[in-house]
Amino acid sequence: MSERTIQAPIPDPTTAPFWDACREGRLMIGRCKDTGRHFFPPRGVSPFTLSPHVELVPVSGRGTVYSYTVMRAKEPYIPAMVELAEGPRVFTNLVDVAPEGVRIGMAVTLRLVPTEGGPPVPMFAPG
Amino acid sequence: MSLNGKACIVGAYEHPTRKAEDKSVAQLHAEVAWGALQDAGLTKDDVDGYFCAGDAPGMGPLSIAEYLGLDRLRHVDSTDIGGSSYLAHVAHATAAIALGRCNVALITLAGRPRSEGQATGTATRAQNPAIPDDQFEIPMGRTVAAAYAMCAMRHMHEFGTTSEQLAWIKVAASHHAQHNPHAMLKKVVTVEEVVNSPLVADPLHRLDCCVISDGGGALVVARPEIARSLKRPVVTVRGTGEALKTHAGGYNDLTFSGARYSGARAFEEAGVTPADIRYASIYDSFTITVLIQLEDLGFCAKGAGGRFVADGNLISGVGKLPFNTDGGGLCNNHPANRGGMTKVIEAVRQLRGEAHPAVQVKDCALALAHGTGGLLGHRHGSATLILERS
Repeated sequence: MSERTIQAPIPDPTTAPFWDACREGRLMIGRCKDTGRHFFPPRGVSPFTLSPHVELVPVSGRGTVYSYTVMRAKEPYIPAMVELAEGPRVFTNLVDVAPEGVRIGMAVTLRLVPTEGGPPVPMFAPG
Repeated sequence: MSLNGKACIVGAYEHPTRKAEDKSVAQLHAEVAWGALQDAGLTKDDVDGYFCAGDAPGMGPLSIAEYLGLDRLRHVDSTDIGGSSYLAHVAHATAAIALGRCNVALITLAGRPRSEGQATGTATRAQNPAIPDDQFEIPMGRTVAAAYAMCAMRHMHEFGTTSEQLAWIKVAASHHAQHNPHAMLKKVVTVEEVVNSPLVADPLHRLDCCVISDGGGALVVARPEIARSLKRPVVTVRGTGEALKTHAGGYNDLTFSGARYSGARAFEEAGVTPADIRYASIYDSFTITVLIQLEDLGFCAKGAGGRFVADGNLISGVGKLPFNTDGGGLCNNHPANRGGMTKVIEAVRQLRGEAHPAVQVKDCALALAHGTGGLLGHRHGSATLILERS
């Protein structure tokens, strides 16, 4: 599901490379070079140290459902927190699945979903 | 420096309106300011500190301070942590008074989301490109209801919490609201009615959600010597605590809130424990908000909130922890989508012995008020107050 129209994300100078990667079909997240830890959303500083020693790194696109809900809107959709295999939890939507088919802990993989006139956004589907 | 005993709440006023189509937001600020100062037995010329949050029209406190005619101000603060702002304002006012920066602080809140037709809980707002999280979250259809629902879903998964247990929170609020002539929802509801109401964001039903209302409220905080010179019962600030909780780079645990930190700080400053609290005002944007905060504040163990709130334990005269005896945000009102102000006001009423007789807690000497502002499942502010009748 997810018939709704998805607002185009508005990139800023710091996040443009992240969204460019999405256009190319890849999910990248932040990595702190000082601690080696991954973080999300990406930004120009490390949320762990505040240092600018950060990089964008590709991830597997695999994860598990940490939590979710079903917005009972006119066109229902499934907001969720997905825990990436690399560690960080991402606020996203689950697609290609009915609400009754979702379980916390289930394995999901990346689906880049088109938006209204902007880069695609990272959502997840079972598998 | 400890703030314990450094200031007192001497005036409190809740606007009776729930739909203010014929009033401006500035006028509502003025009416609650007048009400709180009348309650205290003070005038605007006594006010030398003014506090409002970032939603007040104009830049910070400037426009509303002018509208109110506050011309003796020497301390202002427009800290905005959403609905919890007003509890933080009481703490900041107490600190300012302790430092000699002001003697009498006025705190106001007003808004009219109901008249303006806001779909507060279920609408996704437009992106603000300057807010760093918007581009990642707004396209995902972020809503207020979803942000709290994801916390409820995870809590149920980890601890076995049920919809019926959450419903007891609404049931308790409705038992209190039946005695409040101003409450939007005065009808007593049952657990069955809550769980059979339509789902808004699974697992939260319509009756798990607070109301949308216009209105506002105000508080007056003063130096203890001033408080003792007035005719009203004295309510002393004993403990204060604040905290922020965020996604922290993607490592957010949705089963707890900033109350874990703000509550601990407030209890430490007050030198009391949860067992000493006779009445609690607990932020109730949704039923799950109450349950998670009760655990984090230490009224029960993490994960035990479902059992704690069940079977009427929050109903005054029935359970061990009477909460939100005005009906709270779930039944009474949620002015400007910011429920922290009314949380403090009802705690003051309880400590003064001025709550409705049907819900007044006997010998209510020590109360707690707690607020969560922002989005529980994303980023939020927490503020806790412990107040004592002196």
